[in-house]
Amino acid sequence: MDAFLTSRPIGDLLSGIVGGTVIGLVALSLVLIWRATHILNFAQGAMAMFATYIGMTRLQHRLTVNVIGIHFTVHFNYWWCVAISILAGLAIGGITERVLVRPLYGKPEINPIVVMVGYLALLEALAGAIWGTIPITIQTPFSFIDWQLGGKTVLLSPNDVYRVVATLVVAIVIALLFRFTNLGLQLRASAVAPEVSRLLGVRVGRMLTIGWILASGVGAVAAVILTSSSFQQPLQPPVMEAPFAIAFIAAAIGGLESPTGALVAGIAFGVMEQFVTDYLNSNYVLLIALGALILVLMIRPQGLFSKRVVRRV
Amino acid sequence: MIRIAGLSVSYGAVQALRDVTFDAPSGTVTAVIGANGAGKTTLLRSISGTVRPVAGEIDLDGTRLIGKRPENIARLGVGHVPEGRGVIEEFTVEENLRLGALHGKQKLQAGLDDQFDLFPVLGERRRQAAGTLSGGERQMLAMARALIAKPSVLLLDEPSLGLAPIVTADLMRTIKELCEDRKLTVILVEQDAMSALRVSERAVVLHVGRVAADDRSEVVAADENLKHYYLGMTQ
Repeated sequence: MDAFLTSRPIGDLLSGIVGGTVIGLVALSLVLIWRATHILNFAQGAMAMFATYIGMTRLQHRLTVNVIGIHFTVHFNYWWCVAISILAGLAIGGITERVLVRPLYGKPEINPIVVMVGYLALLEALAGAIWGTIPITIQTPFSFIDWQLGGKTVLLSPNDVYRVVATLVVAIVIALLFRFTNLGLQLRASAVAPEVSRLLGVRVGRMLTIGWILASGVGAVAAVILTSSSFQQPLQPPVMEAPFAIAFIAAAIGGLESPTGALVAGIAFGVMEQFVTDYLNSNYVLLIALGALILVLMIRPQGLFSKRVVRRV
Repeated sequence: MIRIAGLSVSYGAVQALRDVTFDAPSGTVTAVIGANGAGKTTLLRSISGTVRPVAGEIDLDGTRLIGKRPENIARLGVGHVPEGRGVIEEFTVEENLRLGALHGKQKLQAGLDDQFDLFPVLGERRRQAAGTLSGGERQMLAMARALIAKPSVLLLDEPSLGLAPIVTADLMRTIKELCEDRKLTVILVEQDAMSALRVSERAVVLHVGRVAADDRSEVVAADENLKHYYLGMTQ
């Protein structure tokens, strides 16, 4: 058993799953917005990066509050900062939808693309202006030293387990919300049948805002767990560019209408990346990913997990 | 009661409704009939707020509906079953009904029980995707989804479209019973004028966006000129 767990393929598989979780979460956030508003949010990664800066730069800070003469001191540890990042992500999603996106509904499809690309550049420039461009290393909440079994290394650390568990928790919470709550029912209805939903009393505009808020929160979790990896991925303005590009490919392969597809494709991409890097060469990773994308778009344009959309003409 | 006064609607240069005025009394079925393009669907969409009129008033028991959003009009008790039924095909029968009940006036379980009593086939298919239902079952689901919110007004747009005559007859009987039992105000838009006239107390005949007749249904049904010139029915 020890030999199995410490073998090279299992090590690649474990590392791939850990690496794929962030891609899967970013892809999930893209899909949530696409399903709600049919907008490809090119600023998704930048929004997540900005939210992470807001929270994680509080690390080690102290805040003293005076309440009726009694001083309370809050010491911002890692978990406080995670909470602030996620709250910032939720707020950024809501503000973005209300201020930038809402005026674009019903406009030509190119308009939101241009605005979102501009917004991406704006957020990265703003982050650089506020927090600087020097990479910030964030402490890992758990040890990043891989476990040992029988004197051999398993390519898995407590911090890796944290990343996978955090991803699963987010995915399960989102799935439960959409499947079993009245809010989820209204979010799904607003996405697939906005006019009918309005006739049933659903406030569709509010649901679209909530969709953006949720997606942006998921993106913030992705950015937090990506940058909570010690020196591997320090926080800097362009930190989410590469994961976003890969997540975009994963979302298209999994199917832009399918949250499950996005998550599975993201994790599969992480595993593929690990095996290709280990057995071939990391230069082939993007080549294989783009090849897979072209193949899927040719054979099954709606993606592997989305149902075929039939439009009446 | 729904009171419509001087209602005009335009789609760009095309005027779909011109100075339409009539009342739909509480607890009655008011049929709106007319040829294709007469403005029947536009009239219902104006009442439910999905179309913005350029002039006129629509009052529901003294509450002005013009300028209100569709979701707010629905919450005031106006149920609209649109043309083509509008069931959400990806949702199960029960999810469609849950959505209808969210902003209604009764508890979900009581509402579901009511609707499954009224349309037993929906109870049998509650876990089935709405996209797999037959045309008649979809129409029942669309009506049940509107009724589960306990509306005071029900707008029905071409409920018999694509249904077999025997299913249409059942449906018309159900509409009549609902109106009598629940004191619903029903505005029924129908291509099948004779079915609509049989089930309704009052009838409004629309012709190219104008009211050509507004009278008791039996009077309209007996007027051969009206039937010939406006409804395309031969003697």
